[in-house]
Amino acid sequence: MDPYRVIEVKQSIFEDNNQDAERLRQQMKEEKTFLINLMSSPGSGKTTMLTQLIPRLKDELKIGIMEADIDSDVDAETISHQGVKVIQLHTGGMCHLDADMTRQGVMELGTKELDLVILENVGNLVCPAEFDTGAAMNMMILSVPEGHDKPLKYPLVFTVCDTLIINKIDVLPYFDFDMDKVTEFARRRNPDIRIFPICAKTGEGMDELAAYLKERAQNLK
Amino acid sequence: MHELGIAFHIADSVVKIAEENGAKKVHKVSLEVGEVSTIIPDYLIDVWNWNCKRVPLLNGCELEVETIHAITFCDNCKQTYDTVPQGKICPHCGSDRTWLQTGNEVNIKDITIE
Repeated sequence: MDPYRVIEVKQSIFEDNNQDAERLRQQMKEEKTFLINLMSSPGSGKTTMLTQLIPRLKDELKIGIMEADIDSDVDAETISHQGVKVIQLHTGGMCHLDADMTRQGVMELGTKELDLVILENVGNLVCPAEFDTGAAMNMMILSVPEGHDKPLKYPLVFTVCDTLIINKIDVLPYFDFDMDKVTEFARRRNPDIRIFPICAKTGEGMDELAAYLKERAQNLK
Repeated sequence: MHELGIAFHIADSVVKIAEENGAKKVHKVSLEVGEVSTIIPDYLIDVWNWNCKRVPLLNGCELEVETIHAITFCDNCKQTYDTVPQGKICPHCGSDRTWLQTGNEVNIKDITIE
């Protein structure tokens, strides 16, 4: 008998992850905890945006934050001063979180009593978009200095996100960033994408974003 | 290093399938990779070979990558076209209501075990 056997597999490599993600989504739904996966490039202002968002929501929603990074705990340290539950996840060199890592984070954080959990994914516009984390909502930040052409260059992340935050609008006068163009390019990827222009430094636009996220989280109940 | 995470996922799935089939060793994994899946086969093979040294069942296992041609379907004129030179806008009618039909796959096609 030939010692070699060929096994037909025909399975997407994302299939295991997609199943893990679906299980986690179901679990969070039963716990009535709204999980947001927040993605962006490094330096677009994810953590700063959270320091503006948390004070606007924490009286009405019990919030938990999961900070994912390759290394360090600088973001978790910043967020810990906001008076919400926070944990730091280390991906150990990997450029993204998958559903199983997210599930471990959720267990570590203890989400049963929480209304809203925000997962701050690794700063990267490529890999995090490919791995479903099991979040109920994908949200991303694009900051003005990065340029309005990013939906053309990183189409997948704009396709999987239903909410796009444009941060650092205070520096618009100094950059060739075209708000109409970014809207057009993003809608090409996702016709229903919601766009919130904000400045996380001054808080401009944050009330609208906070109200929208509160409504989404409460709709889960 | 985006291919690293992908290589770990393939390795996990392959080990699971190999163990279910009572394999002593996996000799080859055939992968189907879409032309616009954002995976660079050379990088993937590099990290795959590195990772195989750490997993006894996969020691020396070859990764074969088969490219799947990218084709886009136009919702407006119901025709298809090659995605790579053209992109999102249909060359037949100019519509942007177009959807990728094939080319985004990352599938494990089959594995050869002993």
